[in-house]
Amino acid sequence: MKQAVFALFAVALLFGSPAAAETPQRIVSAGGDITEIIYALGAGDRVIAVDTTSNHPAEVSSKEQIGYIRRLAAEGILSLQPDLLLAAHDAGPPTAVEQLRAAGLRVELAPKGDSMDGVLAKVRFVGKAIGLEAEGSALAEKIESEMKAALAVAKGYSDHPRVIFVLSERDGAPLVAGSGTSADAIISLAGGDNAAGGFPGYKPMSQEAIIEAAPDVLLMMSQTVERLGGIDTMLTRPEFALTPAGKNRRYVAMEGMLLLGFGPRVPEAVRTLATELRGG
Amino acid sequence: MSETTALPRRVADRRGGVPIFGLMGAALLVIVFAELVLGPVQLGMGDLLAVLVGEGERGPTAILLQIRLPRAVLGLAVGLGLALSGCAMQGVLRNPLADPGLIGVTAGAAVGAVTVIVLGNYFVGDLPAPVRPYALPLGAFIGGMAVTGFVFSLSHRSGGTNVAMLILAGVAVNAIAGALIGAMVYISDDQQLRDLTFWSMGSIASGNWMQVSVTTALALAAALGLLTMGRSLDLFQLGERAAFHAGIDIEREKWRIALLTAIAVGAVTAAAGPIGFIGLVAPHMARLIVGPAHRNVLPAAALIGGALILGADLAVRMVVPPTEPPIGLATSMIGGPFFLWLLMRRMKRGGL
Repeated sequence: MKQAVFALFAVALLFGSPAAAETPQRIVSAGGDITEIIYALGAGDRVIAVDTTSNHPAEVSSKEQIGYIRRLAAEGILSLQPDLLLAAHDAGPPTAVEQLRAAGLRVELAPKGDSMDGVLAKVRFVGKAIGLEAEGSALAEKIESEMKAALAVAKGYSDHPRVIFVLSERDGAPLVAGSGTSADAIISLAGGDNAAGGFPGYKPMSQEAIIEAAPDVLLMMSQTVERLGGIDTMLTRPEFALTPAGKNRRYVAMEGMLLLGFGPRVPEAVRTLATELRGG
Repeated sequence: MSETTALPRRVADRRGGVPIFGLMGAALLVIVFAELVLGPVQLGMGDLLAVLVGEGERGPTAILLQIRLPRAVLGLAVGLGLALSGCAMQGVLRNPLADPGLIGVTAGAAVGAVTVIVLGNYFVGDLPAPVRPYALPLGAFIGGMAVTGFVFSLSHRSGGTNVAMLILAGVAVNAIAGALIGAMVYISDDQQLRDLTFWSMGSIASGNWMQVSVTTALALAAALGLLTMGRSLDLFQLGERAAFHAGIDIEREKWRIALLTAIAVGAVTAAAGPIGFIGLVAPHMARLIVGPAHRNVLPAAALIGGALILGADLAVRMVVPPTEPPIGLATSMIGGPFFLWLLMRRMKRGGL
């Protein structure tokens, strides 16, 4: 083992280390969108570990798990001997990130991106960080053109259904996406109106307020629907049964990372959501 | 409620000899050593020695000096502070269920910490960047001290501190703190919500030497003060009147204990979050091992508290690497069954 390390070191010296620094071979990825971008750039085989928010593509399930993105353990990550931690903007806690840097690990935090431009910036950032700058730009351009097509699909509909996104259900007051959330962003990209845009962030919303908001469509993550016992259970709850969504049984359940991840699949998310919102 | 009643000195001394303390001290040293040597990253003896003489490579040096050593130091401070505070609380309130949370210091610290997490942007945003990391521990510390002070002032009427009033005020303040935290949770955004959820489960993975040293200094100072309270605590077991007639100034002693507890628990909670169980259980374990005399129970509880925290931290670091569950889960999951086992063994012998 030691000899192998020495040999590697010698090789690195021979070929010059700067190139090795720019093309990290052992990447730890934290953030589902970041992981998807790395895979979309064809560098998935260089990923050695991912966080719990990374669930796409299916191959990531065979990678090491580093836990939840906001609760990273510095020493655990170091034990994997990575040469890059590539993480979403909200990776933490800050002390763990500092400790990783102090131990000599290269840490790159991607820019926040819950918008069209944000996605493109993230893709370019990831490409640069893993030494695939040209591929990153190409992928960004591809996503941009796909996005234009998807937005054209969304704009092709003249109606703007009122959508309510329910993150989870607790104590009779569903946790609903207000303004400034990724759910709010994707709803508006798909040409819908967030029926709960009057407050910021995810908040429990009173049953009567939901009835008053009169959403046409109930939007949920498919994982949540499954966990809460199926869409019928949700639609027959009084707060939804009395809305147009409940009366007409109009709902959309989409995989969470696709819907809210704002990764390379965001054009697909916009197109799917736009058509599904109008009843497929 | 009177299992802590003082025994005649002869009986109390029986199990408090030097060998047991030597054994406990050795056990603690072993755990401290394990905390430094074991972890997801394997460091050989060679690495350790190299780091010790200042010639280690960057990786091992950072792991040892910026990750493991501050954890070990903070862990000892946390264990010591919580165990001694619990011991003093149980002694002065003559209630074996008492723990530092009862007088509101933990809840107050939680309110302070959650306030900084959620509303921090409004008043922390303008602070210079190097100071910002200290806002949370400072908020927690101030919160803990303020609530404890309030509870004690409230229960201090007509020249004496009423213990029943103290406990009831603690209950009320805990409820109010719960509501305030609920309000903060309500107005928080997703990120803050996740931050405060994780804060509330505790962690000694600070790694910030500045914070670790401040916490340790405060906890040590309070611990030294509490360690000298053995005689007073023994006399409190006889009842306040008897203690008074035995010549101790019971009001002054109560205030001293309250102040020292608030400092210790406030500092510890500020740095590591609310870590339950240790303050309640370490003193009981100590009593099972060294008998009821506080002269012995206090140091024994301190040793046990430190060992429990570091043992729990070792467990969370080693169990599912590279991830790391919160330490609060481990203190209860490992300490709880162990404590039950101790109790049952004791019951079989007819000692309870």
